[in-house]
Amino acid sequence: MALYSDKVMEYFLHPKNIGVIEDADGVGEVGNAKCGDIMRMYLKINDDEIIEDVKFETFGCASAIASSSMATELIKGQPVDKALTLTNQAVAEALDGLPAYKMHCSVLAQEAIESAIEDYRKKKSQ
Amino acid sequence: MNIYADNAATTKMSKAAIATMLDYMENVYGNPSSLYGIGQYAKEKLEEAREQIARIINAQPREILFTSGGSEADNQALLSAAAAGERKGKKHIISTAFEHHAVLHTLKKLEERGFEVTLLPVHTNGIVRVDELEAAIREDTCLVTVMTVNNEIGTIQPITEIGAVCRRHGVLFHTDAVQAVGHLPIDVAAQNIDMLSASAHKFHGPKGVGFLYVKKGVRIQNLIEGGAQERGKRAGTENVAGIASMAAALSESVENMEQTKARLTPVRDRIIKGLNEIPHSALNGDPDQRMYSNVNFSFEGIEGESLLILLDRKGICASSGSACTSGSLDPSHVLLAIGRKHEVAHGSLRLSLGEDATAEEADYIIDAVKEIVSYLRGFSPVWRDLTEGKKEFIL
Repeated sequence: MALYSDKVMEYFLHPKNIGVIEDADGVGEVGNAKCGDIMRMYLKINDDEIIEDVKFETFGCASAIASSSMATELIKGQPVDKALTLTNQAVAEALDGLPAYKMHCSVLAQEAIESAIEDYRKKKSQ
Repeated sequence: MNIYADNAATTKMSKAAIATMLDYMENVYGNPSSLYGIGQYAKEKLEEAREQIARIINAQPREILFTSGGSEADNQALLSAAAAGERKGKKHIISTAFEHHAVLHTLKKLEERGFEVTLLPVHTNGIVRVDELEAAIREDTCLVTVMTVNNEIGTIQPITEIGAVCRRHGVLFHTDAVQAVGHLPIDVAAQNIDMLSASAHKFHGPKGVGFLYVKKGVRIQNLIEGGAQERGKRAGTENVAGIASMAAALSESVENMEQTKARLTPVRDRIIKGLNEIPHSALNGDPDQRMYSNVNFSFEGIEGESLLILLDRKGICASSGSACTSGSLDPSHVLLAIGRKHEVAHGSLRLSLGEDATAEEADYIIDAVKEIVSYLRGFSPVWRDLTEGKKEFIL
């Protein structure tokens, strides 16, 4: 039995949206290196509050990398408000499931998006 | 290229071990406790294996107790010594911070029963200091248990010196020699070892079988109650085929030991040298006092599980002290014990070479690790912060 679904492996081995957005409108970071997972998410958001571009960097295991990548896929092109409704379960489901003890990776992905959007709103209100 | 470099986890059974096992399953199926011919034949073969194993570690056959493996042997040794100590009002045990969990968890259980446990530091080189061990011995110390070779970083402990100290102080000495038996010379008499645990599958024998050496006169307690097998100290019909197969594997492993050591040491050092070229990386454990088959590195800015999966894609089987590989939140207690910070303990890689490892394979491993570490660092936020000066490098 494989540790991960084919989908997790696909997103780990060929992650989409990897990298940095230099002039990001919102940057979020969650997790800490001590626990072995850090996700950083960069958002480019247009005037209509649509997420035009999203990139990520992750320090972590295969499922953390796959979860971040999948989460970016799911919110790309979406309105900010809709992105905020993304749940960790949705991320895990899109990956055809995660092992129980790896579910926290999908939680981190959800939180990374929330954190990046929060940063965007904070910057906007300034 | 396919390279199995996780021999500290388990080994492939040797041809001799497999042949013996098959032969025994087919031809030596009697119950050694039965009094008719085929039963007594099985008993005879069982005792032959016991003699063979005893000879290899310089013990008496009656001092070898067959178990289901290293963990059972560790449990039985510790619980027996604790019970004997308790009877004399001695409830202090000395061990180290980086023992196998079979020892550490048993010690935890004993602590709950009112025992006091001193876990000695193993310092940055991963080696326990004999003077510190001696200083920790008290009037009420009933046991010293120190592993012969650490399973993760391969450091070799000063077992002979520890044995001498324990003998001088009249304290029982147990060693978990699971990573050493079959790979390093063991002489329980010369090294003053009172109890020693071993596991067959670490030296090309089958899984589910091992032994506990118990010096004559040391009182042992049952973990499993039932029949009178193993001199009444371990109930259950003996795993005759497994035990004979273990003896065959051990004989062969010990026979080739010197040759293996001479062949593998330069391969190991070649890998260490190669991986040292990766910036911000470090070898875990002493470079010299270590198993000739063990390489353990930490790479800053990456996480071990990703590294393992990518190595697997390249045909390399290895392991890591990352929390993600264990299903727990904390990284390897061994790496933490030698003072590695959580951040870099997560990014560790253990390679435990097989006897047939070559320089060519070493180069393949080095190239693969270099490539993968650099790839993973490419999108690691930790690495970015380190290289941009927002965080300080640890390694």
